[in-house]
Amino acid sequence: MTTSAPAPTRPLGARVRRRAVGASRRAATGWLFVGPSTLVILGLSLFPAGWAFYLAQLKWNGFSPARGVGFRNYERMVDDPDLASAALHTLFFTLLYVPTSVFLGLGIALALNRRIRFIGLYRTAIFVPFVASAAATGILANYLFDPQFGFVNNALRRVGLPAQRFLEDPNQAMTVIALMSLWASLGFTVVVYLAALQDIPRDLVEAAVVDGANRWQVFRHVVLPQLTPVTVFTTIWQLIGSLQLFDLVYTTTRGGPVESTKTIVYYLWEQAFKQLNFGYGSAVAYVLFAATMVITLGMIVYSRFAKVQAF
Amino acid sequence: MALSTAPTPTGECAAQDPADGGPPPRRRWPFSPYHLLLAPLAVLFAMPLVQMVLASFKTDAEIRQVPPTFVPAHPTLSGYVRLFQDSDVLRWLLNSVIVSGSAIIAHLVLCSMAGYGFSRLRFAGRGASFVLLVGTIMIPTQLLMIPTYIMFTKLGVVNTLPAVILPWLTSAFGVFLMRQFFLSLPRELEEAGRLDGCSAFGVFWRVVLPLARPALATLAIFTLLGSWNDLIWPLIAINDDRWYTIQLGLANFQGQRRTEWSLLMAGNVVATMPMVLFFMLAQRQFVATMTFSGMKG
Repeated sequence: MTTSAPAPTRPLGARVRRRAVGASRRAATGWLFVGPSTLVILGLSLFPAGWAFYLAQLKWNGFSPARGVGFRNYERMVDDPDLASAALHTLFFTLLYVPTSVFLGLGIALALNRRIRFIGLYRTAIFVPFVASAAATGILANYLFDPQFGFVNNALRRVGLPAQRFLEDPNQAMTVIALMSLWASLGFTVVVYLAALQDIPRDLVEAAVVDGANRWQVFRHVVLPQLTPVTVFTTIWQLIGSLQLFDLVYTTTRGGPVESTKTIVYYLWEQAFKQLNFGYGSAVAYVLFAATMVITLGMIVYSRFAKVQAF
Repeated sequence: MALSTAPTPTGECAAQDPADGGPPPRRRWPFSPYHLLLAPLAVLFAMPLVQMVLASFKTDAEIRQVPPTFVPAHPTLSGYVRLFQDSDVLRWLLNSVIVSGSAIIAHLVLCSMAGYGFSRLRFAGRGASFVLLVGTIMIPTQLLMIPTYIMFTKLGVVNTLPAVILPWLTSAFGVFLMRQFFLSLPRELEEAGRLDGCSAFGVFWRVVLPLARPALATLAIFTLLGSWNDLIWPLIAINDDRWYTIQLGLANFQGQRRTEWSLLMAGNVVATMPMVLFFMLAQRQFVATMTFSGMKG
């Protein structure tokens, strides 16, 4: 980005110089356009990410002098029972949430992908919870699933089923959180599937029908293979999201009852910003990041492999 | 990728149109059987928000009544009155508007400039810096919040609105989105602009940006949703309730007023309804945004 040294005054040199001036002017213009974003993004993500790696090797509460502990923060994670149970709760939520969200998303998208009366209304109703915040969703969850006056228990009583404790029951709280997460985010999966469905070439489906395929066969052998990339994408996307579950836990149970909804990120937040274990918190964050990357890459490789198998 | 979600003119298609791509319908039903599935589903999805609005007009006593009422028996504004008296909700709302407004403006300016630079301008270091930027998309917030908090403490911005705004100035995802869009534009228009004597910035400002409206709308909505609904970062960066965003204010207010449901529901309406109304008005753009974020994988 610096101008090259003055060239000798031969015609060739003048040309070289002019070209060099042109290159530096182009560089100046280019960096004027991309510089601000590049600076902010590197400063607020690449730099802190590197710093976190350094922090993860410290024992530091932000006030007293930091002490280097090498990789002992990572070693400590191995026999931290609280972290293990947080990981277990996160896994439980993930298993509950991810498959349901992908299957229901596909199912609802298939149902919505037709031109019938009120279809716009149906779509709006299913998409709109997507804009509700975690704070709003959390307060709504507390309200709808209230053991005494909540509408869900009222509905259960109406049909003669026993009322439940829901968010106050350690065995049910995480399921309620998963249900509310589904309510708030199914719209996303549905929209993505719907777009993919509408991108499927009509000829493909018509050709299959001409060849005598029935509805199920068309779906299984024509539509579903076309949707594979979207399925892989939504699964990965929802997986990453559920491994990072925090907001809805904070706004419903705050990790309770009896820590039954304490997730990895909730535990990490507590460690870092309640206990002020900045070092240990950073180590947990790094391991979560690494695990997410491994799972994501694994899924991508697996889907490639599975596709090869399918042919 | 075009997805038509504009409400189809009802009535026009219902009679003769078969399901998209399906075989011709067998006429056994006076209406599509899909209504039997979709109507209850739509009601189920809309119900929590409807309940929220209705509850905000009830008294606390009526909310706690068993069995619950659906429509408020004695509609009252007491929830809203107490909300505005007992909390700084207007302040929080203003903070959120400032945060989201700054985030959107900064995103539109910085991401479109960078996206244009990375797609059309040729200069040393372009390829490497773009790869570096896109790579940061994979870094999760959880990894950044501790060092960013420490950094902002040292810079003295913690516990001020800029602490919430700074991470929203621009994003690798936004730069990527704008770059993809600019790559899809025909080059000829810009060359014409160049021949007319415009500078690179002139071409960008007068020729390219006016064409970029759809992408800018997508980016604006993406930024609005993310910054308006964000909870974990304001929770970490802000302690003073003067600088709470509406989401943080609401979440913490819930902790203090657990049983005052009409007040909490009023707060919920205030925080959520702007987004819901906005969604209704610009549903097509919202859906395009959701689709795009789904397509980048």
